[in-house]
Amino acid sequence: MSSTPDPPETTGPPGNREPSGRERLSASLRRPTSRTQVIAALLLFVLGFASVVQVRANDADDNFTGARQADLIALINSLALATDRAEDEVGDLQRTRDSLRGDAATSQTALSVARGQAETLGILAGTVPVVGPGVRVTVETRSGELGTDQLLNGIEELRDAGAEAIEINDRIRVVATTGITESPGGGLTIDGQRVRAPYIIDAIGDPHTLATALDFDGGFVPEVEQVGGTVAIKQSGSIEVSSTVDPPEPLFALPDSEE
Amino acid sequence: MIAALGLLAGVIAGLFLQPDVPFWLEPYLPIAVVAALDAVFGALRAYLDGIFDDKVFVVSFISNVLIAGLIVYLGDQLGVGGQLSTGVIVVLGIRIFSNVAAIRRHVFHA
Repeated sequence: MSSTPDPPETTGPPGNREPSGRERLSASLRRPTSRTQVIAALLLFVLGFASVVQVRANDADDNFTGARQADLIALINSLALATDRAEDEVGDLQRTRDSLRGDAATSQTALSVARGQAETLGILAGTVPVVGPGVRVTVETRSGELGTDQLLNGIEELRDAGAEAIEINDRIRVVATTGITESPGGGLTIDGQRVRAPYIIDAIGDPHTLATALDFDGGFVPEVEQVGGTVAIKQSGSIEVSSTVDPPEPLFALPDSEE
Repeated sequence: MIAALGLLAGVIAGLFLQPDVPFWLEPYLPIAVVAALDAVFGALRAYLDGIFDDKVFVVSFISNVLIAGLIVYLGDQLGVGGQLSTGVIVVLGIRIFSNVAAIRRHVFHA
């Protein structure tokens, strides 16, 4: 203020001594520092800062500023409805997912049960190769001495003792439909295959029980010895029964559909 | 000169700092800016008239901002905040127009 040129303070009719507004402006632009200018600069700084901040805040604001209360309420209501619908849908989908998951678990269980059954039946029917503890019975005899009686008896004894899979001479699986006949020229025919001595019977089951089942008074071993053969029973922790049979397709029997 | 630089510095600072407007200040800041604008134009006119006084400028600047804010606050309390801020904007706008007209007469002699 002190440095401003101080013409007469009154604003009368434009006198010839008083500088015009334009002159004042250019003078102030030419003369950089004065207290007045510093103060004006400070306030203008505040103004510029606040304006920019406000403009930015306004840009950042969404377009609901001018909306009326009723519109906003309607908007909120529609949003709430949409949320409800979405939540309902989520619930439905979750239920569907749970039920599908339950179905999957059920069918999984059914599948594993069926698989286990198929395994058991496969072992019993002789359609799958198996390994396990058991006995290897070697019957040394001259051909023609050992008849079907003795062999069938031996197989029956083994079955009674819990043999789960029986194989003869490493190539013939003994199953429920196995037939044994005496061949005309000596030896035996088992399931259509000719077998000659020595006969090797592999049986899977509890080795001790199987061995005992064959070797008792009037059992398999004495019977064979009676006809002049010898029997060697070897208990083993791992007997391999690798031959299988193809079960014939039943022609007449049908499963009773009641079950 | 420095005054113009101050304005420029303020704009640049606002652009670069990008401060968030505090929530309580949100309704008042636009009105305060318009009120400050009115004070600045009034000061410029006074300067061109040769009757500029920095003390008056400071006081009018601050009081303009405060009164504008106060009016809006009062309007908010009474439930007519929106209308009252519109009214304040209108009044300040009229004043800015008349000030700018005077400045124009000084600068362009027209």
